[in-house]
Amino acid sequence: MEDLTVRFPTEDGFITAVHGLSYTVELGKTLGIVGESGSGKSVSSMAVLGLHDNKTARITGSIRVGGTEVVGLSENRMRKLRGNQVAMIFQDALAALHPFYKIGGQLAEAYLVHHPSASKRDARRKAIEMLDRVGIPQPDRRVDDFPHQFSGGMRQRAMIAMGLINDPSLLIADEPTTALDVTVPAQILDLLQDLQREFNSAVIIITHDLGVIAEMADDVLVMYAGRAVEYGLGKELLTHPEMPYTWGLLSSVPDVTASTDSRLIPIPGNPPSLLSLPAGCSFHPRCVHSDKVPGDLCATTMPELSPGTRGPSHLKRCHLANADAVYQAEVLPEIAPDLVEETL
Amino acid sequence: MFAYVVKRLIAGIVVVFMVSMAVFLLFWYGPNEPARPLCDQQTSNHCDTARLARYTENLGYNNPVLSEYGTFVKGIFVGRDMTIGTKTRPCPAPCFGYSYRTTVPVWGEMKTRLPATFSVAIGGASLYLLFGIPIGVAAARRRGTVADKALVSSFLVLSSIPYYLFALLTWLYLTVIFEIPFLSDTGYHPFTDNPAKWFSGLLLAWIVLGIFGCTQYTRYSRGAMIEALSEDYIRTAKAKGLPARTVVYKHGLRAALVPIVTIFGIDFGVLLAGTIFTERIFDIQGIGFWSLQAVTAKDLPVVEATALFSAVVLVVANLLVDVIYSVLDPRVRLS
Repeated sequence: MEDLTVRFPTEDGFITAVHGLSYTVELGKTLGIVGESGSGKSVSSMAVLGLHDNKTARITGSIRVGGTEVVGLSENRMRKLRGNQVAMIFQDALAALHPFYKIGGQLAEAYLVHHPSASKRDARRKAIEMLDRVGIPQPDRRVDDFPHQFSGGMRQRAMIAMGLINDPSLLIADEPTTALDVTVPAQILDLLQDLQREFNSAVIIITHDLGVIAEMADDVLVMYAGRAVEYGLGKELLTHPEMPYTWGLLSSVPDVTASTDSRLIPIPGNPPSLLSLPAGCSFHPRCVHSDKVPGDLCATTMPELSPGTRGPSHLKRCHLANADAVYQAEVLPEIAPDLVEETL
Repeated sequence: MFAYVVKRLIAGIVVVFMVSMAVFLLFWYGPNEPARPLCDQQTSNHCDTARLARYTENLGYNNPVLSEYGTFVKGIFVGRDMTIGTKTRPCPAPCFGYSYRTTVPVWGEMKTRLPATFSVAIGGASLYLLFGIPIGVAAARRRGTVADKALVSSFLVLSSIPYYLFALLTWLYLTVIFEIPFLSDTGYHPFTDNPAKWFSGLLLAWIVLGIFGCTQYTRYSRGAMIEALSEDYIRTAKAKGLPARTVVYKHGLRAALVPIVTIFGIDFGVLLAGTIFTERIFDIQGIGFWSLQAVTAKDLPVVEATALFSAVVLVVANLLVDVIYSVLDPRVRLS
């Protein structure tokens, strides 16, 4: 993805849901996209599948899947890409599967549309095979169940089976574990990792759960108000974040194993309306560290996405000069005193 | 599922039973001198006090209500003999008595009128769906465009006109003022006698009924379709790479049909029970026209029979809707 911008008309004028977003995912790798609701993480992914209404949405920039440029692609050619080279799995599988059609039928339909020469029996066999692959017990029997006869975890497994049925090179998982019972997400994430190894596909996982990111992602992209604010290798970004918004996300993750000293610190304020973004850095009204930046730079100038202290593999959008030092000295002790004590 | 249908069936029978009682009581305690219309008819309007007393006695109006209701119900199932004037005539099951206005058996007359009403209802209801659903779906797909807004507002205006006025004006302009040849000869001719006349006689009634009714179905379909198309599973269907046609019809319309079928079942039942305005205006000798005549002539057996008929038709329509609903929505099948 190169400099992607997505704009929508509203009654009060155009909003820019995604602004100049760039990222790369390689085959076999996982990119985690984190951000609050409305940060543009889902909108940018929908653009990869060309799911925005081309009559209203204004999309500029470039998205290449394999060698194919997706932006501006005709609907007919886009359709051949969807579900075939790029598949998407959605967060609430109960709502995302059609309530009136059998699971097997819905999987077979996804297969048949991209394999026109296959017979219905082939498609059914393929559906059973995929259900078996994602760990549905007795797949030859459950293939004739309706979605409401599956449990929540099984429905999400079936969604994943449907996404992978055409062996896509890119799988986008939009909050795949959000709607599940507490014990199920770990199994689903394990399954996703296993399948990724097997199919060697690129995976984009969209979430607001940093736990999911820590477990799954090779690269992490943090989004705020339509822009990338931090982008880098997962391990590095999570241990040495250089953008106060990322610090805020880390501080607001509950940690049940931590001692009682650890505190849950919410990010003050609310995400800004895309109709009236603040001048300067979009995050500065909620940023508790903007006073460390000389002058009123935060309030007047949007920082560029630029290399952090560790070089170009870690990009951040922040005016703070010594961000890593501030994080280690001020933020980390607040959220994980144990961790700091251990390192000392 | 079977137990459910049986339960609904029993509930339906109870409803029909209660309607029959209510209507029976209505004319028992309704008009003064309930036997007078028959007496007048039989004596060429020379119904004096003595004759009226004899008719009242013969028709059972002097007996207790409950025992007469028993006789009435028994007549429906096994038939009975009825004394009219001086003659006793058999009234085979299902016996709803003799019409006070024409002194023919009510059931016999009803049988000859059913094909007319059914022809009107089936034709009209087909047009509801035939026009309503495609227009509604097309409007939903173009939601917010000028075409959609124009359609919605013009249909709203059309459906705000009282139906009888719309039907009457259409009839007046097309058959009396412009005398359009194929449409002008309205009325019911049995299909088996002359299919072409059957068709041309009913065509105007169908069109009027269909156009008026389809405005509602356009609104329902448009609303149901807009709702269905905004569901998550539509996004999934698109993300699978399905062609737009499959997304809209197989995934969208399939879901939107459920609420439409529910309303349609009831509307079709109402049409089958007799369309009073339509039959009256287009001179179709069906159940609706007949019940209108019966009410004005205090022809109580016919009033009772047509009321019971409506109840039965609506109960059956409701039952069918429930069954179709569970066929359409697998989630209903289990519960």
